[in-house]
Amino acid sequence: MADVVPSDPLASEPPPALLEAIGLTKRFGALVANDHVSLAIRAGETHALLGENGAGKSTLVKMMCGLLQADSGELRFEGAPVSFPDPAASRARGIGVVFQHFALFDALTVVENVALGLPRHEGLAALAARIEACVHRYGLQVEPYRLVGELSVGERQRVEIVRCLLGDPRVLILDEPTSVLTPDESESLFRTVDLLTAEGRAVLFISHKLDEVRRLCQRATVLRGGKFIAEVDPRRESAASLARLMVGAEVPRTPRIVTHELGEPRLLVKNLNLKGDGSRGSALIDINLEIRAGEIIGIAGVAGNGQTALFEALSGERLGGDAEAIVIDRTPAGALGPTERRALRAGFVPEERLGHAAAPDMRLSDNVLLTTHGDGRNVRHGVIRHSVLHAMFGEIVKRFDVRFGGRDPKARRLSGGNLQKFVIGREVLREPVLLIVDQPTWGVDAAAASFIRTTLRAKAAEGCAVLVISQDLDELLEFTDRIAVMCEGRLTAPVPVEETSREAIGLAMGGAETASAQGDADAA
Amino acid sequence: MLDTVMIGAVLASVVAAATTLLIASLGELVAERAGTLNLGVEGMMIIGAAVGYATAYSSGSLLLGTLAAVLAGMALSLVFATLTIWLAANQVASGLATTILGLGLAGLIGASFVGTRLDAAPALDIPGLSDLPILGKVAFGQDAFVYASVALLALVTWGLARTRIGLILRAVGESHAAAHALGHPVRKIRTLAVMFGGACAGLAGAHLSLAYTPFWASDMTAGRGWIALALVVFSAWKPLWLLAGAYLFGAVSILQLHVQGFGLGIPSQLLSSLPYLATVAALVLISAMKRGQGAPASLGVPFVPDR
Repeated sequence: MADVVPSDPLASEPPPALLEAIGLTKRFGALVANDHVSLAIRAGETHALLGENGAGKSTLVKMMCGLLQADSGELRFEGAPVSFPDPAASRARGIGVVFQHFALFDALTVVENVALGLPRHEGLAALAARIEACVHRYGLQVEPYRLVGELSVGERQRVEIVRCLLGDPRVLILDEPTSVLTPDESESLFRTVDLLTAEGRAVLFISHKLDEVRRLCQRATVLRGGKFIAEVDPRRESAASLARLMVGAEVPRTPRIVTHELGEPRLLVKNLNLKGDGSRGSALIDINLEIRAGEIIGIAGVAGNGQTALFEALSGERLGGDAEAIVIDRTPAGALGPTERRALRAGFVPEERLGHAAAPDMRLSDNVLLTTHGDGRNVRHGVIRHSVLHAMFGEIVKRFDVRFGGRDPKARRLSGGNLQKFVIGREVLREPVLLIVDQPTWGVDAAAASFIRTTLRAKAAEGCAVLVISQDLDELLEFTDRIAVMCEGRLTAPVPVEETSREAIGLAMGGAETASAQGDADAA
Repeated sequence: MLDTVMIGAVLASVVAAATTLLIASLGELVAERAGTLNLGVEGMMIIGAAVGYATAYSSGSLLLGTLAAVLAGMALSLVFATLTIWLAANQVASGLATTILGLGLAGLIGASFVGTRLDAAPALDIPGLSDLPILGKVAFGQDAFVYASVALLALVTWGLARTRIGLILRAVGESHAAAHALGHPVRKIRTLAVMFGGACAGLAGAHLSLAYTPFWASDMTAGRGWIALALVVFSAWKPLWLLAGAYLFGAVSILQLHVQGFGLGIPSQLLSSLPYLATVAALVLISAMKRGQGAPASLGVPFVPDR
């Protein structure tokens, strides 16, 4: 069993690396994305690549599969130097990658999508048969003749994996594979990964979910700020010690303050129904929700189950429900647009920072205006009062520690974490009584994420009602008071965090609770 | 007896009018399915008409003229391809520039041929079939361009749906980023698709100046390039619907001529605008029904590798 990891990393005769990166460096202008990074993946192992957003994981993977060329350093395959001028070259060597953003074509069928990833054409019927065989062997549920545009995120990921596997890869690279999956779907992915490594293939598993890495992987390479930090055996580490390696410091947990009294309801949603728009937009079915002053309610769920529609219905971007279906601070708001709802002192932070929360090519100070123009401070008689606007901008930057270069850059120049702090700060300073935030810490580094959670927590303590929609279950469990689950356009009743568990929420995310609720209704 | 001859003649001219549009729009459809919106169809068509006529008139060979027209359309499409695909220029502005350039160049090339006439491309009767009453001449007594347009339709329909190159082309038009990630040469494929579009527009121009109206006039395309562009949208990017659209436009444009002949007292300008109105109406109806579905997702978006 050459695959067993030696207890001492310096022990003689380590098993030969299948794919090895030695001292890879990649610069983008002044930024050194990878600074002499090394990584060795051995046959039959599941190797984790750990690091925060911006640590250089994606850059490293892109160099290993030919999407980017290293400035210096070397790649080796089975000990011999190789170079991959393009992705086809790496595929020919047996390296398959499943990216976080899938390289799939919505308007094409599963078979066609798979055919596009293969070097030569084969009949689609024959290919469909091969897909079925692969599906059967590795337990990946996929139907060959469905349009990819109709598939759930989990199914799309399986299409990507099947496409890789039909190329018979020696190394399979999975980029943040579980970030889009329910706990159940993740489990079935792990079983597939185990089957693959048992066949002597190597899997590189990129993640920042430490529990998963500790369960699944035999070895982990940690990157931080573009530099190689350590190669460790994650099974011998604790989640806390891995987090320390990743972040370089202790990450404070958000204090939960549940001592304050709950006030009156700030948001009441009664039997909210919304039709789906076209083929992609999902519908909302009988949504009921009450949020009272001083509490944070979290909405969990796998992406694409109606969270976006719910956010848009609550913010007033999508109208169509009954005027009485949404009540903000005792005023029926179902028929009001976003500006009118903001006038009721509601604040909204959408998921997409660039293009939805902020206009990418406008300066930050002008972006302040986008949600505050109706508040009567920075606009008088239709004329912008720049002195007030800049004072507001300065206050956001100072209080929310927004960092950037220059005096007033365009929104697109900011890093994800800083722009998110800006967007949240803009809403918080409006002193809302209701704050609705979609994906507050998506793609944000740990320090900024912690700051954002603490801010929202403090806002709730001041008597604001906060609704947080997130796909990060750990985050919701950490800092919300009650959690509801969204699945296929329905919302479960919120349950206090203390009275629920990851498993129960995971089941509901997969639709189990909706099913049983329907069963109950039928029986009644 | 007179009636059947008359009907046959009208139908035959409908086919001729529709053929120009079918050829040009098939080319544009291929370019658009690969994700490039080339508004230069009118320019590529007229340069094809001018170069085709000049070559055929000078050499006396219709075949040589046709070949020259195809090459001229292709050459002009390469200007567009270089700007938009390799230099990532705005497709709308570049397409309009291509049309203006084509119209200007064609006027220059054709200047010395104004007032001359050619013998139109001969009808190629298919023995036996072309003697059938009414439809015989319409379907089997046409010139080579008509047969070519039908062959082209079959080729494009089959090629897009059934071949690997067709699949890759659709994929590039759907998501260039994904196609690039899979290692497909996005810019090369788009260039080839645009060149195919240019060749088709050139061929359509040759049909105009060598067969349909065998003389040269500087405004002879008369907006047919724009109609071809509209037809692609009308067809929801499906080749078979192009056939329907081209023949609808062809039929209305021929019928309004005959209506003008009856002298119904409707202003002729109004009647002349009927084909365009019919096309616009059809477009609006179709897009209301389909809500813009079928458009390649990356249509008109410049692709720059590695972001």
